[in-house]
Amino acid sequence: MKALLTLFALLLTPPLLAQSALPPAPYADRQISDPALERKAKALMETIRCLTCQSQSIADSNASMAGDMRSQIRERIMAGEEPEHIRRWLIERYGDWVSYEPTADPVLWPLWGAPLLLIGLGLLLLRGRIKRKARR
Amino acid sequence: MIAEAGLVALWLAAALAFLQLGLVAFGLAGKKSELLEAVRPVAVAQGALTTIAFTALIALFMRSDMSVLLVANNSHSMKPWLYKFAGTWGNHEGSMLLWVTVMGVAGAAVALFERALRRDTHMATLGGQAAISLGFYAFLLFASNPFARINPPAADGQGLNPLLQDPGLAFHPPTLYLGYVGLSVAFSFAIGALLTRQVDASFARAMRPWVLAAWILLTLGITAGSYWAYYELGWGGWWFWDPVENASLMPWLAATALLHSVTVLATRDALRAWTVMLAVIAFSMSMVGTFLVRSGILTSVHAFAVDPERGSFILVLLGIYIGGALALFGWRVGAVREGAPFELVSRETMLVVNNLLLSVILGLVLIGTLYPLLTEAFGHKVSVGAPYFDRIAGPIALILMIVMAAGPLTRWRRDNLAEVGRRLIVPAVIAMIAFAAVAILAWGRIGVLPFLGLVIALAVAAGSVAPLWKRNLRRTPLFTWGMVVAHLGCAVSLAGMACDSAFTVEKLAAVRPGDVVEAAGWKLRLTRIVPIAGDNWTALQADMEASRNGGPPVMLHPQSRFFPSPPTTTTEAALLTRWNGQLYVVLGQEADQGRWQLRVWWKPFVTLIWFGGALVALGGALALVGRERRGWLLKWRGKAAVA
Repeated sequence: MKALLTLFALLLTPPLLAQSALPPAPYADRQISDPALERKAKALMETIRCLTCQSQSIADSNASMAGDMRSQIRERIMAGEEPEHIRRWLIERYGDWVSYEPTADPVLWPLWGAPLLLIGLGLLLLRGRIKRKARR
Repeated sequence: MIAEAGLVALWLAAALAFLQLGLVAFGLAGKKSELLEAVRPVAVAQGALTTIAFTALIALFMRSDMSVLLVANNSHSMKPWLYKFAGTWGNHEGSMLLWVTVMGVAGAAVALFERALRRDTHMATLGGQAAISLGFYAFLLFASNPFARINPPAADGQGLNPLLQDPGLAFHPPTLYLGYVGLSVAFSFAIGALLTRQVDASFARAMRPWVLAAWILLTLGITAGSYWAYYELGWGGWWFWDPVENASLMPWLAATALLHSVTVLATRDALRAWTVMLAVIAFSMSMVGTFLVRSGILTSVHAFAVDPERGSFILVLLGIYIGGALALFGWRVGAVREGAPFELVSRETMLVVNNLLLSVILGLVLIGTLYPLLTEAFGHKVSVGAPYFDRIAGPIALILMIVMAAGPLTRWRRDNLAEVGRRLIVPAVIAMIAFAAVAILAWGRIGVLPFLGLVIALAVAAGSVAPLWKRNLRRTPLFTWGMVVAHLGCAVSLAGMACDSAFTVEKLAAVRPGDVVEAAGWKLRLTRIVPIAGDNWTALQADMEASRNGGPPVMLHPQSRFFPSPPTTTTEAALLTRWNGQLYVVLGQEADQGRWQLRVWWKPFVTLIWFGGALVALGGALALVGRERRGWLLKWRGKAAVA
């Protein structure tokens, strides 16, 4: 079956190779004409995970699903929707996993404490050292 | 026969590692010098045997021997020879064999070339190297045998992932592995020094060239990998904070910190325990990275369950080595006397701050990479990616850059704050001018981080060459040049990153042949779309003419390639490099009635990112040669004097 599929793919290669079964979504690779809105959409896309790739955002993925999501985001932004509203809609559909934005999910908040904790730990070690030296 | 010969060589190498460990243990414990005499030849033979095993695997791939499971699963007889060759390490078993080969060869090199270290510490180091190697031999022989046969042989192979079919594969993984595994030498040095209680300046001077060499290779490997991802993935990104990338970044951060603390130990005999600790951490990070990548645990916890044997095996190895090393550290750290004291305003303090900030970034990358695993264990799937790492590691890295400029301008032991400030006047003035200039030109159009990045890059570039001011340049030691070049490289790279994120122009368009796309002063005309064929792929190629501001046109040929085995489509971006940036053009899908998707980016000064990385590695190489040459010269003069 696999060999047959490969053969089939080979036969169709030259004219059709770049095409998937369905035509790409209208705004998958088409910018919004208003640059301000496009910037807004782009910023959101960069924080949305491509669900069929390995750790890529939908802003830089060839996957057709990422294209569909880009198109959705651009269309909703053009319709005047706020980025955070779109994010909530995406999270409702696909779960928290879809968003890279670390401020959106309370489960991610401890991550913001990590640098303070680490710097504090480092300073504690350092302070001990300077004190010991001062006593000499 | 070749496969069996390779397997025998691997078993023999493992046996020799066992012998090496035994010789060191009994030799040092019983003070038997005749046992220790044998350690060096055994280490060299072990290195030779691993090389034979690896060469055997390369031969199997080159001959497309489909009776070997690994070749059948990962290669194809129709592949160009370069990818048959490089495909040897483009898979799990082959890359682990590369790992033990590098480890064996590094052990042989330590046996042959290390002359500065005290004899007992040298022997204990070779014992440590043998102990680490043993675990990886066991992993290879029991859980991922690269030489396993299949009967009957496959008709042909399943091919190599087309994304990997690029000259980058021949260079990037071996360089990175040389760096990862080179850090095992530093780890073994630390074990050796803890065992013989010799943690002092002469130990640090002996360890430094090995750390430096591993660090240079890591820097080159990461830089090359970043450029490869940039041109291959087709979206103009050069760093994705992907777990696999983080796995290579963590050892680099640890090695960078180690490189600086080992210099403090070598020069001032301070930071003894910390340097040993960092040497342990650096290689531990290499192993953690390998575990994360090889077990597949990071893409999903479920991928881990697909091959629990391998994942658990590496996890146990990690536990033994990292746990063992930390236990040894805890047991012996009391015996390590505190090093020389220093004052608050001194180069030592600057380097301590460097170490602190690098360790904090390392900790953040580690926590951020592992956090999704933690939450998933509690049934809540989350993503941690670029938006977190950029915002949290970015500001710390910028502070680190400022410290990097100030450190070399501060004296060892004690300095005066006002004096240091005076030496930093020129960079500070440049920072103010840059701030004003960037603010006037781009206020409100660029983000805070790129803005600060640009300003700091310019100031730090000036600050990093400041150690050369008012010096006789011909009498300046080569290692000082090395430091200046490496620090300048960091500033250059930062400037590239800031320019890319601040000024990149993106243009997406659907065009017919004959149409023109305009972006950032460029005019791109699509002439035609033609089908072409390569060795093991077919492609659609766009023939385009690009010209900037009415200049002479240049031909561009972005492609969309189709590989039949395994069936995959990849994009081959067309890159046009100018002194002030790069034009990046990708051919996408056919949109509708004869119109084609084009993605066009103009990326001002983006090439500085990798040019800076190369400068950093060059600086490391100059420092290495400078230090070593001084040693050779002294030795040569000593010999001449005796004669």
